[in-house]
Amino acid sequence: MSFPWANQYAPKNPFMKWMDERLPLPRLVYNAVGAGYPVPRNLNYFWNFGVLAGAALGIQIITGIILAMHYAANGAIAFDSVEHIMRDVNSGWMLRYAHATGASFFFIVVYLHIFRGLYYGSYKAPREMVWLLGLVIYLLMMATGFMGYVLPWGQMSFWGAKVITGLFSAIPVVGTPIQTWLLGGFAPDNAALNRFFSLHYLLPFVIAGVIILHIWALHIPGSSNPTGIEVKGPQDTLPFHPYYTAKDGFGLGVFLILYTLVLFYAPNALGHPDNYIPANPLSTPAHIVPEWYYWPFYAILRAFTSDFILPAKLWGVLAMFSAILLLFILPWLDKSPVRSGNYRPAFKKFFWLLVADVLVLGYCGGSPAEEPYVMISQLAAAYYFAHFLIILPIVSRMERPLPLPNSITEAVLEKHGEATA
Amino acid sequence: MVRPIAFLAGLGFVFVLLFSLVNGAVAYISEPPKPTVEHEFHLHPKEVHFASDGALGKFDLQQLQRGFQVYKEVCSACHSLNQVAFRDLEHIGFTGPEVKAIAKNWAIEVPSINPATGEPATRKATPADKFPSPYANEVAGRAANNNALPPDLSLMTKARHDGPAYVYSLLTGYAAQEGYKNDAGKELLKEFPDAKTSPMLHFNPYFANLNIAMPPPLVADGQVSYADGTPATVDQMAKDVAAFLVWTAEPKLQTRHEVGLWFTLYLLLATALAFMAYRNIWSRVKH
Repeated sequence: MSFPWANQYAPKNPFMKWMDERLPLPRLVYNAVGAGYPVPRNLNYFWNFGVLAGAALGIQIITGIILAMHYAANGAIAFDSVEHIMRDVNSGWMLRYAHATGASFFFIVVYLHIFRGLYYGSYKAPREMVWLLGLVIYLLMMATGFMGYVLPWGQMSFWGAKVITGLFSAIPVVGTPIQTWLLGGFAPDNAALNRFFSLHYLLPFVIAGVIILHIWALHIPGSSNPTGIEVKGPQDTLPFHPYYTAKDGFGLGVFLILYTLVLFYAPNALGHPDNYIPANPLSTPAHIVPEWYYWPFYAILRAFTSDFILPAKLWGVLAMFSAILLLFILPWLDKSPVRSGNYRPAFKKFFWLLVADVLVLGYCGGSPAEEPYVMISQLAAAYYFAHFLIILPIVSRMERPLPLPNSITEAVLEKHGEATA
Repeated sequence: MVRPIAFLAGLGFVFVLLFSLVNGAVAYISEPPKPTVEHEFHLHPKEVHFASDGALGKFDLQQLQRGFQVYKEVCSACHSLNQVAFRDLEHIGFTGPEVKAIAKNWAIEVPSINPATGEPATRKATPADKFPSPYANEVAGRAANNNALPPDLSLMTKARHDGPAYVYSLLTGYAAQEGYKNDAGKELLKEFPDAKTSPMLHFNPYFANLNIAMPPPLVADGQVSYADGTPATVDQMAKDVAAFLVWTAEPKLQTRHEVGLWFTLYLLLATALAFMAYRNIWSRVKH
């Protein structure tokens, strides 16, 4: 793993030497996120977001474990136990808002991390496994986030659980039995709440495990970089520590400032008021909306309004899952040998169109299911599928990329107006 | 193989989406959705400001106490406040003995068990009790209110968009439906003759469907007598009780604002240091 010129770990004192001979954990850390991991010298701030996502997971796990000490996963008292945390547990309000806001910030940094990967072609060979494992993490996050939103057992919790598990009822023949089996009943109730809590506690640790695989897979070829060309020699890299620990430290500070501002000054801005109403199976909210990080996919789900061979609802469900699953074949759809969008003029335009498209989908997904939002989401969803499944494969074949620099170092020196030595 | 299959799947999704779009557009043009009375006449909450607004907002304890008085003398006849305990009143400036007296003299007693017989009974509230509900259960609440259940008010300002402004607007927003016009000058009953409010309900353009079961609770200036001499106009009482409900929904709001300031200042300093460390470490490297 890694490059031949990587710094070698040398234990500094007898204890570390003793340890290294028996359990070389310090050596592992040194090689993974220490001075032993050579990283391209030209990474920009968009390469911060992996570390930030890891920090966000850490915040979620720590706040979550403490919240679980006070929360009660029982339909009769779950809502009140959350209010007990908010009112009577010491700093409980801070823990809960940190956890709720933390989920949103986890998704914000992960979305930026994913779009960085899309723009710079980080999913391409030899980093396909890094990309695939990242998508597994993203799917686990979606499941964890959804189940976490059910736990306060407010109106949106209950009706969100009902709508999302109801998606499975669109499957022909076995759909309704599957929904009943998932919920442990005919409607969300104590059985559903309890299993969601159990899984909500389990999945973050599964995510942590997959993150280890994600980083392992990353360290085989090493990090990508904004030019998309591979590292050629020692002059192209810097040791992760202290260079990128310092840079990530600064990025982490900026992240924490923004997180703190929302946590302390607008903690409910990203939630929905209806979730402060206790769950009531007999009263359906006027607009059922999931959390903002699912809005683009929710818009795709609702964009299918006409039956065509299959029922519209089944189309919606198929399309929504396909919208995520198609990312798994992305490395084989985009065959352009050039990775970075910086050198792909046509790709770059479509990339920014995709960013705008996903934002439009998100906006429509958070709006009520009425015109003009439905028509807009139909157009936007059509572009989403066309982008990945039709446009990208064609662009990658037709496009004439810009000339690439010979090496990372050359690109860096060129930026500073110096010729290669 | 992957790309031809993906291409066909892509065409399939795009086709079905455009099919849905065309169907939707045809339906929209051939039968445009009719404007609804809610769409034309529902009003957004009025602009109103509270001491607790903004990043440095603090509770105005005088106002919270006045709001509590409105709750006690008006709202509590029908609305519970089941997340708040009497002891919490110490945080809005009541003393321990005052809280004890408020709990003891509360009009509704707390459900209990007769210690001698084990029969259901009631007893006087203590500071440790939550505010008791005016109704024994949901059925009793509905029976007393034409089948409408007065909601619990503890979290009301967080459970509605623009919470406190909504509460204030709703309380001051009752209007006569006869001859009611919106800002565009349209008269409601002329445009929507079927939308006449039923005699069981009350017209209020700030309520989602314009017809609310609650009769106007604040009807006359001076309905409560404020001890601090503030004139108890309907507007003032509505503002005060809205402010009180901000506190019941988020009693830690002021603490949150204060703690947040320290967190932010600390992080600004730490991030500035991290930035200098970063620039220092990278100063000899072109990147």
